[in-house]
Amino acid sequence: MSTEAKSLHSVGVRMKRKEDPRFLQGKGNYVDDLSFPGMLYLSLVRSTYPHAEIKSIDISEAMKVPGVKAVITGKDLEAAGLGWLPTFHGFDKQMVLAIGKVLFQYQEVAAVFAETRAAAVDGAEAVVVDYAPLPVVADPFTSKTDTVLLRPDRESKTNHIFHWEVGDKDGTARAIASSPKRIKQRLWFQRCHPAPLEPCGCVAYFDTMGRLQFHVTSQAPHVYRTALSLVTGIPEDKIHVISPDLGGGFGNKVPVYPGYVCAIVGALKIGRPVKWIETRTENLTSTGFARDYHMDVEIGATADGKVTALHVATTADHGAFDAAADPSKYPAGIFGIVTGSYAFPVAHAEVDAYFTNKAPGGIAYRCSFRVTEASYAIERGMDILADELGMDAVELRKKNFIRKDQFPYPSALGFTYDSGDYHKTLDVALEKIGYAALLKEQAEKRARGELMGIGVSTFTEVVGAGPSKHFDILGIKMFDSAEIRIHPTGAGIVRTGAKSQGQGHETTWAQVVAEELGLDPQTVMVEEGDTDTAPYGLGTYASRSTPVAGAAIVMAARRIREKARRIAAHLLEVGEADVEWTDYKFQVKGVPTRTVTMKEVAFAAYTNMAQNEPGLEATYYYDPPNMTYPNGAYVSVVDVDRETGETKVRRFVAIDDCGVVINPMIVEGQVHGGLTEGFAMAFIQEIQYDAEGNNLNTNFTDYLVPTSLETPHWETGNTVTPSPHHPMGAKGVGESPNVGSPAAFVNAVIDALSPLGIRHIDMPLSRDKVWRAIRDAEAMKGK
Amino acid sequence: MKIHVTVNGVAYDRDVEPRMLLAYFLREECRLTGTHVGCDTSSCGCCVVVLDGTRAVKSCSMFAVQADGHEILTVEGLAQGGTLHALQQGFWDQHGLQCGYCTPGMLLTAYALLQHQPNPTEADIREGLSGNLCRCTGYQNIVKAVQQAAATLGQPVGATK
Repeated sequence: MSTEAKSLHSVGVRMKRKEDPRFLQGKGNYVDDLSFPGMLYLSLVRSTYPHAEIKSIDISEAMKVPGVKAVITGKDLEAAGLGWLPTFHGFDKQMVLAIGKVLFQYQEVAAVFAETRAAAVDGAEAVVVDYAPLPVVADPFTSKTDTVLLRPDRESKTNHIFHWEVGDKDGTARAIASSPKRIKQRLWFQRCHPAPLEPCGCVAYFDTMGRLQFHVTSQAPHVYRTALSLVTGIPEDKIHVISPDLGGGFGNKVPVYPGYVCAIVGALKIGRPVKWIETRTENLTSTGFARDYHMDVEIGATADGKVTALHVATTADHGAFDAAADPSKYPAGIFGIVTGSYAFPVAHAEVDAYFTNKAPGGIAYRCSFRVTEASYAIERGMDILADELGMDAVELRKKNFIRKDQFPYPSALGFTYDSGDYHKTLDVALEKIGYAALLKEQAEKRARGELMGIGVSTFTEVVGAGPSKHFDILGIKMFDSAEIRIHPTGAGIVRTGAKSQGQGHETTWAQVVAEELGLDPQTVMVEEGDTDTAPYGLGTYASRSTPVAGAAIVMAARRIREKARRIAAHLLEVGEADVEWTDYKFQVKGVPTRTVTMKEVAFAAYTNMAQNEPGLEATYYYDPPNMTYPNGAYVSVVDVDRETGETKVRRFVAIDDCGVVINPMIVEGQVHGGLTEGFAMAFIQEIQYDAEGNNLNTNFTDYLVPTSLETPHWETGNTVTPSPHHPMGAKGVGESPNVGSPAAFVNAVIDALSPLGIRHIDMPLSRDKVWRAIRDAEAMKGK
Repeated sequence: MKIHVTVNGVAYDRDVEPRMLLAYFLREECRLTGTHVGCDTSSCGCCVVVLDGTRAVKSCSMFAVQADGHEILTVEGLAQGGTLHALQQGFWDQHGLQCGYCTPGMLLTAYALLQHQPNPTEADIREGLSGNLCRCTGYQNIVKAVQQAAATLGQPVGATK
């Protein structure tokens, strides 16, 4: 309305990031940048075998290495009651250092503490471990037979970890059996690794008060504090967890790793600070992997393409320990979102998880707990169904979308979708990419034998865990929190239980506070990651920052506004009921000339507060009433070289509905990054194990991160259906592109190959795999 | 071994182990922690610094002793007199960074690139940065950042100052 109001508008603005000047000048504060007097370095001895009995560990030569101060093994930890670490999922435990046997290659076997980084590595190399190899279980299907029992330490003498299911089993089976059209396809979402560029690490020491000071790469510092207290018995007030700047996380920095525990034990035992920074190889081979779901997808439909039922049965490879960081009631995460954007009358999803001799994990890699797997299953499934029906994949989707007027929509698997306009979002994407013209071009190319494909993915995510009645980690409900203090001059500070790993919280949170309170975002400081100062929160993963902590910030700001209204009434010399908040300031109702700004109120809160309690601050713990349901329509166009199998992604359009956008620049950046990670999974990334359990992708020369050369050009856009229950209408975006894009790439490649009769190829769609599929298909056809 | 290395115009005389990598020399001896280490195989480029003014090198692939008598430019030396270098400004303006971990290596690689190719095409930039991994940005805004910097630095002398 007025020019002042416009200048104070903070949400929806492409504000440059407040954190950038320090990163741009090399002044970031990452954990390996920390140094303390007398600091020792920790290096871990790791298993060379995937499964073996440990006959002996000889540390005598290691202790002779100059600079080595101590070596500890699993036996030492066991004696101290620290041999095992509970996993965040709560139903299993993990060896800190191997006790009796090793269960995966690169498992932690001994910890060496030394004066320098190099001496620690020298010491680790001098530790002699005598192994007696045991039979290896390298895949979940072998594991299922229980021929080799991997975890005799557990009460239940089987490799089967859990069976989880949701939905109407019999009704789904009947509906599929009686459907005139049916498809069934096994889809494997291969094992991947988040691989943030900064590996995991920590520095631990006990200060002069005997208090544990623990600097660690953690996406959830408060949960770490509580977990450490529970595991070690150190009272929680004697533990200070500080998560400094994080060089990416993507879910990899959620679990507590053995190296952290060893660093703390070393600091306690030796009485000096201990630093542990994992190498890239250690990161890729031992810390939280993602996916590794073998999904059998069945869809029933009418002859004219109306879906009737969905059944997905998954065999999950969880590795040596059940370390999937899922909420305790959700052993398969939020896989129930597998009905996607479609109105399935009935559905049934089940997951069976097994131990194998592989690294533990199954973490939510840029994904709200198995949502990426679920989204891939349904979006591939719909394309396969379209192929079966001889129907355009876009038409099939439109025919089965949950309609705009059906929200809030109760899904067959128990979710209440909050909002969306799937038809519109898809239309925007099709318009932007020029779908009609592409179809025409494709028909012409097909006539010439050229392989061009168009792939669509119209996904729905479920994020923002979550309502406390459903979601907890180790019993702690998944709320989040914010504390805001406004200083006398109208500057302020906001602290949350979330933890940025590059998402730009220092900017977006300042924008949110500024918007709610009519302040300058440049003078609102954001602080996260320090358990001594931040209110308790569950951290940043599963796209929960904006839906949960962001909502807490809004609610805390509104509490401040309520108090400020009373002070404003005093300043305006009217009753509180006569004051309204309009155009970012308080005004006497109906009298636009009589106003006070929040800045003036802030000063009064410390200098002229009348009968009001001094000060201007508030805390809010937000328990979300529902999850949010970000969604999007992604369209990809590819050209596949028939002779080499090489795929070129010619175009990629991503239209996201993440609700109200706080900072369009940051949202766009998140989408670019997530699409690039989705591209990586679709085409080049996989953690492979051979039949003997050897990890074949142990560094960046084997586990490929796309470079600037391969990465396609991204075209982005938004539709906005505000979340009806989030106080700002926001839904979260960081994970959408990672969740939604793999299917768009694969659908495009398979569309290109469909004239050859190819219906599916598992990711990654590497050149050789695609080339082989083309060769085999041509051989079948007799060319 | 005793070495004499000039980093960002400051002379460092140190006695180092022959096996000390230049990256750790910068980080731990010079306490310039802007140079990062992200892998063990010279793949990620987080550790790139500029040697003798024009050559981008991965400081994890060079021993400190090999830098004896040479000049090194690290990210800490880019801004001059409180003013960001055009590349730093470009990365800020174009949202060319998120977690910031790859950023120093990207900046220094781009710095050397612009020394050799003051007017790079998008393809030149993508080729030039292909030894530097970024896990957050998808590179698109990094390319724009380098283009902005090239345009700023390429303005006629006098126009920028």
